Amino acid sequence: MIPEIGHYALVLALAVALVQASLPLIGASRNDASLMEVARSGALAQFGFVALAFACLTQAYIVGDFSVRNVAENSNSAIPFLYKVSGVWGNHEGSMLLWVLILALFGAAVAAFGRNLPPPLRARVLAVQAMTGVAFLAFIVFTSNPFERLNPAPLDGRDLNPLLQDPGLAFHPPFLYLGYVGLSTTFSFAVAALIEGRVDPAWARWVRPWTLGAWATLTLGIALGSWWAYYELGWGGWWFWDPVENASFMPWLVATALLHSAIVAEKRDALKSWTILLAILAFALSLIGTFLVRSGVLTSVHAFAVDPARGSFILVILVLAIGGSLALYAWRAPSLRPGGIFAPVSREGAMVLNNLLLATAAATVFLGTLYPLFLDAVSGAKVSVGPPFFNATFVPLMVPLVVAMVFGPLLAWKRGNLKAATARLWVALAASVIAIVGVLVVYGVSSVLAAFGMALAVWCAGGSLVELAERIRLFRVPPADSLQRLAGLPRSAWGMTIAHFGLGVFIAGAVASSAWQVEKVQIVQPGDKVELAGYTFLFKGAVEERGPNYIARRGTFEVTKDGKPVATLHPAKRFFPVQRTTTTEAAIHTLWIADLYAVIGDPQESQQVGGPALPTDPNAGWAARLYYNPLIPWIWIGTIIMALGGAVSLTDRRHRVGAPVPAQARAAASPAE
Amino acid sequence: MRRLLYLLPLAAFTAIALWFAIGLTRDPSRVPSALLDRPVPEFALPALAGAGVAALSSGDLRSKVALVNVFASWCVPCRVEHPILMRLARESGLTLYGISYKDKAEDSARFLRELGNPYAAIGHDESGRVGIEWGVYGVPETFVIDRTGHIRHKHVGPISPKDLQETILPLIASLSR
Repeated sequence: MIPEIGHYALVLALAVALVQASLPLIGASRNDASLMEVARSGALAQFGFVALAFACLTQAYIVGDFSVRNVAENSNSAIPFLYKVSGVWGNHEGSMLLWVLILALFGAAVAAFGRNLPPPLRARVLAVQAMTGVAFLAFIVFTSNPFERLNPAPLDGRDLNPLLQDPGLAFHPPFLYLGYVGLSTTFSFAVAALIEGRVDPAWARWVRPWTLGAWATLTLGIALGSWWAYYELGWGGWWFWDPVENASFMPWLVATALLHSAIVAEKRDALKSWTILLAILAFALSLIGTFLVRSGVLTSVHAFAVDPARGSFILVILVLAIGGSLALYAWRAPSLRPGGIFAPVSREGAMVLNNLLLATAAATVFLGTLYPLFLDAVSGAKVSVGPPFFNATFVPLMVPLVVAMVFGPLLAWKRGNLKAATARLWVALAASVIAIVGVLVVYGVSSVLAAFGMALAVWCAGGSLVELAERIRLFRVPPADSLQRLAGLPRSAWGMTIAHFGLGVFIAGAVASSAWQVEKVQIVQPGDKVELAGYTFLFKGAVEERGPNYIARRGTFEVTKDGKPVATLHPAKRFFPVQRTTTTEAAIHTLWIADLYAVIGDPQESQQVGGPALPTDPNAGWAARLYYNPLIPWIWIGTIIMALGGAVSLTDRRHRVGAPVPAQARAAASPAE
Repeated sequence: MRRLLYLLPLAAFTAIALWFAIGLTRDPSRVPSALLDRPVPEFALPALAGAGVAALSSGDLRSKVALVNVFASWCVPCRVEHPILMRLARESGLTLYGISYKDKAEDSARFLRELGNPYAAIGHDESGRVGIEWGVYGVPETFVIDRTGHIRHKHVGPISPKDLQETILPLIASLSR
């Protein structure tokens, strides 16, 4: 009964979305207040119905209603409670339902919090939001019904894919989708502005909180995914340039560009049509990402639904949404009047450089991700593009970006003084030089690239602190005045400083972990000691263990440094009988400036080539991989700091008050006039 | 002119959408061999000691339709596939050749003593050097060779009865005609 209610609610949501997508548009063009009001109540009702459907599916998972095909295929009675819940979105149908739930949530949020928006704009934004809703609700109802019944019902379910039975992955999709789908609101604002033919600073300010929120959650979502890959895949790495990772990273790059260009549109009334284009592209890339993952056009370790019929449906959605909005853009954008002019060296100029580099980076990732698909379409050849391509093309784009990023906030609007900005940055520059020299002294000349990488991290983090010190006139006015200035800083300024600082922390983690990772792969027997980066790993043996729905082989390593105990690591391999799959559970002990990372393989696994096929001796050795990953926790600490910066900026006063602050007044308050 | 600039994103997207549409018709899990429809690579491998059959070289592959199966004793799917190869050799009268790949000779020989030897000749490729020339990237792999010594089909992974019935046997029948 309850699954039928859920199904019915979905159909109702589709009907509501159809109304919400059409009537308010008519209302906005005729200036009919009651028709425009349909948008608000429609958005709330649509969210209500989708939430009801989602609750019904969740209920089926929690009680284990295996007469529902989706539950039977992706859950099991022995599974822990957390994974019963996360199983809801651990499959194609459920994850699409989560997608639509978040889409409707954002629509409802615009309806509830968008009271300061002019009614026609709000009506149009909600109507565009509902169009996306119609497309995806129809997709679910017609091709991916999560409430389909099985008759006869099986006694037990087939279990959730063991790789997904993990706390990191339980929360990864919701955050990722909050970001991915959050960009739909920005998209709706952009399309609504094109329909109205007007983009002004007020528009830029209204759309800003939505971009910020989407960006911050997308950042967290990607970080969670990468953290999961780090400890669950057991390869000691944290980013693999996998097509699905790239699918989430491309919208992030464009959203980051958008976040910056929208500042120019807000403060200086410039870069307007470019900002609109970025808003469209950011969501377009989210849609393309969904298409890539859901249609199975690219094979990847994590694509879990491969179905050409669904692929064709999503392709139609893509063509309508992206093609439609870009056509509208080609038609309306030329009539947007360009705003303030500026010199190349200015804060606007810095933002343009930021945008060019980020857009190029996104295009590079796009090419690398889709090249195999293009080549197959042309010649039928199968290739894969790996990390070497991305490292060789992406990193060189990021270096000038980070170098320039530090200058940006220190330049004035319209016309900046590069020399004066450089002079202010001497502290950061000195710290970077010290970093280079320090690394070269400690690690030798062979680490020259890593030395520059670490210098870049110091430059980025140091530069953002210098900018903060400049803003509060540190050491140039009495400390009490500085403190007062500090307290009076707008939250958006804090947000920027925090996010830029976080990027510096991230870069340090990324550079150090790839340059100085120490890896040892060897066969260990109980009692064996392995020396790694000054730590001694003592293997105490491995035992068999039973979990709720798996059997594990769990090893024990006692780690000591100079005879003093540091940690006990329990890497394991879990075998899930229902799905007949094995997962790797890496054991990680974080020292905050490094991780000790251990993975255990099969008995004598690495001797299989040319050795006996089956283990015979129970005291035989175990294949173990041990890593020392310097600064790797900083990767996730850095991204959390960046997302925090976004959240702080989101609380800025100007997003809550209606009265626009003139750009000139704000420019006067910043240090670099 | 300026208007054309604004059309650029739409044009680019149209091209991309077309590629996607073509891409949807392709099966990404199908990996063709770069050597498909090309002559087999030149090689001469020593016989597998202890197997009691002749050595294998490219010259042996130019007279009749045959299967070349790459196997190893350490490869679990090869054990799964082996009974099918045994039946194929016994019942179809087809010539099967083996390449024992990245394996010690005595282990490969023991593997065949335990499970039976379906191969008319076996080349022993302990270093995997010849495997590279064949484009082998996982064992087992099976190649269908036609009468003129051209590779006509490559099967990756163990051959299931279904693969045999639906793909490999019909192909062999058409090549033998």
